[in-house]
Amino acid sequence: MNDDTTTGSTAHPVPEAIIHFDRVVKRFGPVTVLDSLDFEVRKGEKVTIIGPSGSGKSTVLRILMTLETIDDGIIHVAGRPLWHERRNGELVPASESHLRNMRKEMGMVFQQFNLFPHMTVRRNVTEAPVHVLGLSRQEAHERADEYLELVGLSDQVDKFPSQLSGGQQQRVAIARALAMRPNIMLFDEPTSALDPELVGEVLNVIQRLAEEHDLTMLLVTHEMQFAKRVSDRVCFFDKGRIVEQGPPEQVFGEPREERTRDFLKNFLDTA
Amino acid sequence: MHWLSYLPPLLEGAWVTAQLTFYSTLLGGFFAFAFGLGRMSSNWLLKGFSVAMIEVFRGTSLLVQLFWLYFALPLVGQMLGMDWRLPPLVAGTLALSLNIGAYGAEVVRGAIQAVPLSQHEAAKALDFTPRQTLWRIALPQSIPEMLPSFGNLAVQNLKDTALVSLISLGDMAFRAEQIRNFTQDSTTVYTLLLFMYFGMALVLTALMTLLERSVGRWRAGRS
Amino acid sequence: MLFGIAWDTSSQWAFAVSILPILLKGLVVTIQATAVGFVIALVLGLVLAGLKASPLKLISWPARLFTEFVRDTPLLVQLFFLYYVLPEYGIVLPAFMTGALALGLQYSAYTSEVYRAGLESVPLGQYEAARALDLSPRRTFAVIILPQAIPRIIPALGNYLVSIMKDVPLLSVVAVLEMLNVAKIIGDRTFNYLIPLSMVGLIYLILTLVAAAAIRYLDTRLPKRGIPLK
Repeated sequence: MNDDTTTGSTAHPVPEAIIHFDRVVKRFGPVTVLDSLDFEVRKGEKVTIIGPSGSGKSTVLRILMTLETIDDGIIHVAGRPLWHERRNGELVPASESHLRNMRKEMGMVFQQFNLFPHMTVRRNVTEAPVHVLGLSRQEAHERADEYLELVGLSDQVDKFPSQLSGGQQQRVAIARALAMRPNIMLFDEPTSALDPELVGEVLNVIQRLAEEHDLTMLLVTHEMQFAKRVSDRVCFFDKGRIVEQGPPEQVFGEPREERTRDFLKNFLDTA
Repeated sequence: MHWLSYLPPLLEGAWVTAQLTFYSTLLGGFFAFAFGLGRMSSNWLLKGFSVAMIEVFRGTSLLVQLFWLYFALPLVGQMLGMDWRLPPLVAGTLALSLNIGAYGAEVVRGAIQAVPLSQHEAAKALDFTPRQTLWRIALPQSIPEMLPSFGNLAVQNLKDTALVSLISLGDMAFRAEQIRNFTQDSTTVYTLLLFMYFGMALVLTALMTLLERSVGRWRAGRS
Repeated sequence: MLFGIAWDTSSQWAFAVSILPILLKGLVVTIQATAVGFVIALVLGLVLAGLKASPLKLISWPARLFTEFVRDTPLLVQLFFLYYVLPEYGIVLPAFMTGALALGLQYSAYTSEVYRAGLESVPLGQYEAARALDLSPRRTFAVIILPQAIPRIIPALGNYLVSIMKDVPLLSVVAVLEMLNVAKIIGDRTFNYLIPLSMVGLIYLILTLVAAAAIRYLDTRLPKRGIPLK
């Protein structure tokens, strides 16, 4: 697998690639946030995306989660087009039902947790499995208990989000996303909104996930030490393109690009 | 005549007033949701109808609406060959609830639109349909937001029930007018009446506050 | 015949056209009642707001109680109260004035709240800055506070003006010849309630929509930061 691709596209996704961005363009008004982006993630790979704000990191995740559309290019997820579908052998823009189908591949953890405040912890985790996946209440409860135990919150099942700390809320959010059994987990700056002393408990959960499950994980974060521990690959984004990517030791230890070095200077702990 | 003797008929009227307030507020709440949600619908027929109802019942005087339903609607029925004469109770309840429904619709719409975008995104990430998102995620969260305004509308409704006395419905104001006619003791009767309305309004406000507290339980918690 | 104008019952359409001038005469009374009631509400509301803001509990509490009482009791009953009770104490007013007074009284409770909210919306820092610059209380109020409070106050008052207009039909119970009363009289005499009442409803709808648009326009024209002073 070619690690240092900054350009070069593949018209058809490499067989092991679970995510494939092919010359994707995304604009917000006059600003081009993703500039003909080529990006690939293998099945089971743990990829961390770093970069300055406005570089398009979160946008990549949001596009995958179908929260944003794309203006040009094609994305394949698990071999199927995401924002397009095949009809009569042609690629046309995806319908809502196609998108709904594709969403099941992905789970997302938001910076602001976004738990449903009017539901208890258990209900937050079981609601989608019951009403989207069609599980029975019993099955959903079992599943919820399993994942809440994984994140260490089995004893908080009847609490409301307002009664929990930020770290606890984020862990519930992780359990909620996992309960849908997605193949790809997207983490959009999961600890950026947390008080420093609560960051660790969330990162620990994410690390366990990375080590014990072969989920494909995409992580946008500023926690560089953590990225080093957990990632198979680190991508440095700037101005809507990948400037440099490779194993953490390489990107953090011996960055090849000037821009990468400049960016990493802001983070003293990356050496 | 001693004012105590005024109480029995006034209390009979008060019971009518209370029932009228209760039913018209309840029905009005239903209309509020119907018009408010209809207003946000993408179905242009439903949306247009809701907008029309909201504008008509907010933009015209309640007394005009009441008189129209009581005096004019039967004539429409006549033209269509149907008996559309409404008894005062029905006309009164209908007018009050449509009126409060029109004002309430804006409250409903505003509260639902106030639910943060991030909640919709979280729901989308979990693959809920837009309809599921509205009914399971947005609407429940918007209810505590609506209640204070609904409380005000309920008290307004209570005051408005006095108008039905003008179409001969035996509510508190009607009874008071009867007593005044008979005894000419205006000061006592009307002072008594005003205090009774005031008392009912205070009780209603207290009930609504209680409702607010119990529905918004999930909002409390550690800061 | 009403107001010296006869109506034409040859057809529904002719009927409608012929009673329009009669209804419009009623509309004039409606507008007059609205205007007088509004002015009373503005002035009385100012007095109430002043009383409520008094540091003396003896003054502020009765004022607040009065406001709450007026807000929680029906306008209709207040109207009857004034109409029948005032003469017993020697105050005899024409029905129109009693009606306008009742409207003004009821809405003064609301306008006093508008004044209070408008003033409170001016940040405390403004008062503090004025004090630091040693501006007199009168000057502070007139030049610093009031221009900043007005953009908040005017749209709210405008909405209450429209509300007053919609409450004017109540005055029909004391025989004021406003628009609804006129329509009802026509209906009583011709047994055709449908046309007059529907027309009144339509006229009200048009007036409200126009007024609402005017208020919205006014709202956009009023600079949010306050009336500019050069």
